[in-house]
Amino acid sequence: MRDVAIIGVKNTKFGELWDRSFRDVVVEAGAGAVSDAGVVGEKIDAMFVGNMSGGQFVEQEHIGALIADYSGLAKNLHVPSTRVEAACASGGLALRQGIYAVASGMDDIVIAAGAEKMTDVPSPKASSALAAAADREWEGIMGATFPGLYAMIARMHMHKYGTTSEQLAQVAVKNHQNGQHNPIAQYKSKITVDSVLKSIMVADPLHIFDCSPITDGASAVVLAPADIAHEYTDTPIYVKATAQASDTIALHDRRDITTLDASVAAGKRAYEMAKVQPKDIDLVEVHDCFTIAEICAIEDLGFAKKGEGGILTQNGETAIGGKIPVNTSGGLKSCGHPVGATGVKQAVEIVEQLRGEAGKRQVDGAEIGMTHNVGGSGATAVVHIFSRDR
Amino acid sequence: MIIMSVPRFWRKQIARYNLVGTQCKKCGEKFYPPRNMCPKCRRDGEIEEYKFSGKGEVVTYTVIHTAAEGFEGQTPYVLGIIKLEEGPSLTSQIICDAENVKIGMKVKPVFRKLGQDGERGMIYYGTKFVPESTDKC
Amino acid sequence: MSVGIVSYGAYVPKYRIKVEDIARVWGDDAEILKAGLMVNEKAVPDVDEDAATIAVEAARAAVNRSGIDAQRIGAVYTGSESHPYAVKPTSTIVAEATGATPVMTAADFEFACKAGTAAVQACMGLVNSGMIDLGMAIGADVAQGAPGDALEYTAAAGGVAYIIGNKESELVAVIEDTYSFTTDTPDFWRREGMPYPEHGGRFTGEPGYFKHVTNAAKGLLNKLDAKPEDYDYAVFHQPNGKFPSRAAKMLGFSKEQIAPGLVVTRLGNTYSGSCMMGIAATLDQAKPGDRIFATAFGSGAGGDAFSITVTDKIDEMRDNAPKVEELLADPIYVDYATYAKHKGKIKIA
Repeated sequence: MRDVAIIGVKNTKFGELWDRSFRDVVVEAGAGAVSDAGVVGEKIDAMFVGNMSGGQFVEQEHIGALIADYSGLAKNLHVPSTRVEAACASGGLALRQGIYAVASGMDDIVIAAGAEKMTDVPSPKASSALAAAADREWEGIMGATFPGLYAMIARMHMHKYGTTSEQLAQVAVKNHQNGQHNPIAQYKSKITVDSVLKSIMVADPLHIFDCSPITDGASAVVLAPADIAHEYTDTPIYVKATAQASDTIALHDRRDITTLDASVAAGKRAYEMAKVQPKDIDLVEVHDCFTIAEICAIEDLGFAKKGEGGILTQNGETAIGGKIPVNTSGGLKSCGHPVGATGVKQAVEIVEQLRGEAGKRQVDGAEIGMTHNVGGSGATAVVHIFSRDR
Repeated sequence: MIIMSVPRFWRKQIARYNLVGTQCKKCGEKFYPPRNMCPKCRRDGEIEEYKFSGKGEVVTYTVIHTAAEGFEGQTPYVLGIIKLEEGPSLTSQIICDAENVKIGMKVKPVFRKLGQDGERGMIYYGTKFVPESTDKC
Repeated sequence: MSVGIVSYGAYVPKYRIKVEDIARVWGDDAEILKAGLMVNEKAVPDVDEDAATIAVEAARAAVNRSGIDAQRIGAVYTGSESHPYAVKPTSTIVAEATGATPVMTAADFEFACKAGTAAVQACMGLVNSGMIDLGMAIGADVAQGAPGDALEYTAAAGGVAYIIGNKESELVAVIEDTYSFTTDTPDFWRREGMPYPEHGGRFTGEPGYFKHVTNAAKGLLNKLDAKPEDYDYAVFHQPNGKFPSRAAKMLGFSKEQIAPGLVVTRLGNTYSGSCMMGIAATLDQAKPGDRIFATAFGSGAGGDAFSITVTDKIDEMRDNAPKVEELLADPIYVDYATYAKHKGKIKIA
């Protein structure tokens, strides 16, 4: 297996992009990443596109070909393009598939992208599309919503570990703080614990400000074999680990409601592959689709003991300048959550940080970064570790 | 509108009406919702029908204020994970005042409407839960 | 050969609305209404309850009370005037949910408020003819009353199921005989596709209720050569409190005889479940050997009278399922807005 590097990255603006279509945003991200890498189209061997639900959000399937076509890579170059789906972990998984392709030696230059266009449908329809990531027949039919499922995790976490609504709110406050300095972020407004707690209740104990928004956006990275990465960039970022794990589709079948075992397993595999430990990680982008999800993630990835994620957050250790900066991009909460794009966006953020290009969100001296992307209520977890050093 | 269809609902109707799940004869583990492959014994397992008593307790719950599509007329409603006394857990609505539902609360099943396919389509019935002690709600 | 009740089960939703709360919306005088109707409050279904779910709950209570094998039930007949489907039986849902399917027959009954007792009679016939082992007859309704209509003060939700059999050792009560009096009388109806019923002027009382109830009751008393004082209890269809009280008086039954079964003041009119609920409430407290006289009425119109004698078996069975008094206890009161939400009177989509 060959070492793999990221040689180009690009995020579109995240938000309610009324004037942009699904294909518009993916092409912008893809072309941007290719341009960042300084490669030409003829060099591209393959594309992988993470997309959760083109079928429900824009009634469009066959996303791979569509993107290759509108990127100008289909008609003449016939570049193979594959759509990858694992609900909200589609992006992370597309990246993983791209890494596989390059590592295997089958392909050299590969684009891994992710995209979702969620605001072409009314919000109830979007929520219903997202609910397809849970068990439709045994959760959805009973009236379960995604905030509802994570609210049940939160309730249990509070019951078992004494985690408080204030600690959950602090996740949102911290992520908005970070998102303010991210030019692509959907929400750049500063919020307070009080404003989170006073926002409307969506699924008790989760308020609307505990939830990530509905977002349009796309992200892309260009992958290359580490051996030739320097031909394209002075600052290649190396993939030290790619890991994935599955768990039960339904929350009710989990071993422990407050632990995403898939995150634990993927994290463990990633640490082993990269030969690092949690203490070696300088920053991490975790899947904070809801505030409780970030608390669980930092515990499941080993940055806090089980049950102490809320305290770590409350103590400011997950803020920039803290022990382990989490979601410097603003996370899903503030930066936005175009579901298929999120896993790739996390990688873009880590690359920008490790390159030292993150501006006011820069984590000083960042050498090793991690991404953590979750599908559904935890049925899929994808973890990557990246490093400045090969 | 609940995203179901007549055949999709009907084929698991008995499971939903009467809490009929499955069990693996080999290892004894019981499954609700029903499974046709025992996660422990896999292909060596022997799956057969099993009817659950319906007695259980609340593992965790939430009160849904922003409803899923088709549930708008029910807000706020309590959604919970119920652990059945025979072992498995399921997701269901708990018919109970939001203030009275508690983790660990004992519950029993009731027969209720789960939803309907608009005004003209099929009505979906199934099992929800209520506190075992009637004075609770 | 004796035929009778092997088991019974009742169900009442836990919500109630008071007459005052309805009267407030329409500017009516609650005290006058309460005095006139002898109804103080009525049962309201939950948002996810309908005649089918109520019928299932009642049917399951009946099966649980006796502990019989539901597979023995050869017929399920559900009487209701609020069947959730115009076409597609409620009874198949009930049969499936009680575990009685598939070797059995099922159909839905409709005869205004006496569809349930008509189903009891059908089961008696099938059981006694030997066609089936046990039959289940249910009366269940989420009764409709147009907003602002006088009916809205009484139209309630509830249901009762009776399992009918003829094995003497299994009977909690013997039905000695039944007698019906039926004419084509347009006192009350609901046309296909219409959400609320209509009254045929003032037909409801004299040519409707009283004529059919008294004729059915007298017919049965004559047939059995019995007198009101031969009975410990009496139950008459209770669309309100006044009608059954007056019918009892006309026939010579006392206030004391009808008191245990007169649940309408706290329950409202559960239509197909009405008289059957009164019988259930009476069985809940009757002693072995007690005799119950009951007459149901259905608009359209007809009366079904029954003469019932309680057996020793009642004592071992009674506590195995919720009693009507327990179902009526500790209700949750809702205001008119919540009632409208529960009844689906608020259009969302």
